[in-house]
Amino acid sequence: MIKRLLAGAAAIGAIGGLGFLYYAWYPPIEPVEPPDRGSFSAEQIERGRIVAAEGYCAECHTRTDNGGGPELAGDYKMDTPFGAIYSSNITPDPETGIGNWSEEAFQRAMHLGVSRKGVHLIPAFPFDHFTKMTDQDVSDLYAYLMTRPAVHMTRRPNELPFPLSLRMLQAGWKLLYFTPGVYKPDPRHDALWNRGAYLSEGNAHCGACHTPRDFMGAEKKSAPYDGAVVDNWIAPPLNEHNPTPTTWTEDELFQYLRFGVAPLHGPAGGPMSPVPHRFLSTVPEEDVHAIAHYFADVDHAAEREKHDKAALARAMEQSRIDLVGPTVDPDAKLYQGACAACHYNAAPSPVLGRPDLALNNALWLDEPTNLYQVILHGLTAEEGQTGVAMPSFYNALSDQDMARIAAYLRRTRTTLPPWTDLEKKAAAVRKTITTIPVNSSH
Amino acid sequence: MVKFKLNGRDVTVDVPDDTPLLWALRDDLDLTGTKFGCGVGQCGACTVLVGGRATRSCITPLSSLEGADVTTIEGLDPNGKHAVQEAWKDIQVPQCGYCQSGQIMQAVSLLKDYPDPTDEEIDGVMGGSLCRCMTYVRIRKAIKKAAAALRKEEASHG
Repeated sequence: MIKRLLAGAAAIGAIGGLGFLYYAWYPPIEPVEPPDRGSFSAEQIERGRIVAAEGYCAECHTRTDNGGGPELAGDYKMDTPFGAIYSSNITPDPETGIGNWSEEAFQRAMHLGVSRKGVHLIPAFPFDHFTKMTDQDVSDLYAYLMTRPAVHMTRRPNELPFPLSLRMLQAGWKLLYFTPGVYKPDPRHDALWNRGAYLSEGNAHCGACHTPRDFMGAEKKSAPYDGAVVDNWIAPPLNEHNPTPTTWTEDELFQYLRFGVAPLHGPAGGPMSPVPHRFLSTVPEEDVHAIAHYFADVDHAAEREKHDKAALARAMEQSRIDLVGPTVDPDAKLYQGACAACHYNAAPSPVLGRPDLALNNALWLDEPTNLYQVILHGLTAEEGQTGVAMPSFYNALSDQDMARIAAYLRRTRTTLPPWTDLEKKAAAVRKTITTIPVNSSH
Repeated sequence: MVKFKLNGRDVTVDVPDDTPLLWALRDDLDLTGTKFGCGVGQCGACTVLVGGRATRSCITPLSSLEGADVTTIEGLDPNGKHAVQEAWKDIQVPQCGYCQSGQIMQAVSLLKDYPDPTDEEIDGVMGGSLCRCMTYVRIRKAIKKAAAALRKEEASHG
């Protein structure tokens, strides 16, 4: 009896295994001669440029360490919890890039996460989002990429430990987490909303940073847009859990995504900065409006907006604390000396370029991470509000100073409970910065 | 290699990425009106305008200023006669004078936001600009005088 049961289990296991192999196996697609530039119309290439910008391809497919690399030639280092991986070359070089990929192979990679040779791609390449793109958009993107300068460049090998390095196992991940299929419009919503959802859920892959991931590295479907830590920054919640005192309305979102700064929330810094400045400022305005429209729904702006007037009045009142009138608080003095030359405010409403900390995102998050990142790095004139720069306080403020400023601002500029372990956290964020932004060896 | 606008002119400076703007101004561009004070952004002596905002140049890396518009004390007015500079002279604000270019740049930034500042507002914004000679009372007076002059100028243009 037991023998028979075991034999049955083995048979089921074997069938399951074969089934898995069948599921996991994809044939290679024959290489092609790199398509001629003339085979694509100028209109299609231009449409492809927009698709590439809305998917931020160049951000993760261009090396930034080791002195940087040519655009789209890959070798961008991504530190994942499983080990460092390096992005691939997506220029049309036939040997090291995708020059010998047919459009069919490219469509399969975008929609199913499988390379031309039939190898499963690692989901750091967000095919779980790109699968939602229309064939037309993918086709246009193909036209754009195939007409970029070919760069002969090989990426560094991935540093994933065995057995994660076995690409076949990616099929198991897909079985558990991946739902292929082009975006289906939601008939309960209008065209603008659907356009926004199509872009955000698909090509723009917002959830890749703003949705927390589980232990297998998959986005938690139960907590969409709940916020996550990415590259040692907090990608804030984009849903109703976003803690900022004023609402991310459609207009605030649009300003932020198009120009890199929202008057009532602050500038885009860190990994978010290129999204407006490098990409979404170069695409049709309607698309940015659509994304803003969609997220104003995701964050329940309509219900929250009614509190904005009171929140703004409170923030303006809090902004004056210790800056108007005498103070003996040493933390206030530290803030005044280091920060208040720019971050002063007592006017009836905040002014762009004079960021109001009582409204600023970073002070309202659960952790001081982003506040520390900005203090240590500063902001370049190309980040946040264009043309205005924030100095780097890396050498100017000790971990203890930063902790005092963080505690002080949280206490006096928000209505939230204090942050904990501030000095330890300041040291931890400082440790993540490998290139010191400014020389102080005077 | 960083390209930016300095006092209305396009300039290109080739220095390591982490070079502070202050060093580039003084050592590479020969504009020594901006002073080195504490070197850690706590005293205000090195203040210049970046995009019109008061910015501590001693801790601002030059590499962060690609494409930016920088104004130093030398570029505030072609003849050195900006309303704040005039008020400074009239009231004889400086004693040793070391901090004054930073003070003036911070005051210019302040007056854009507060055309008619109160004592408290001046103290709030200027609190990060230190003067070891303790000329604070005259600084305050000069800012008010400059504010009045700027308002008058604005009214005659407007």
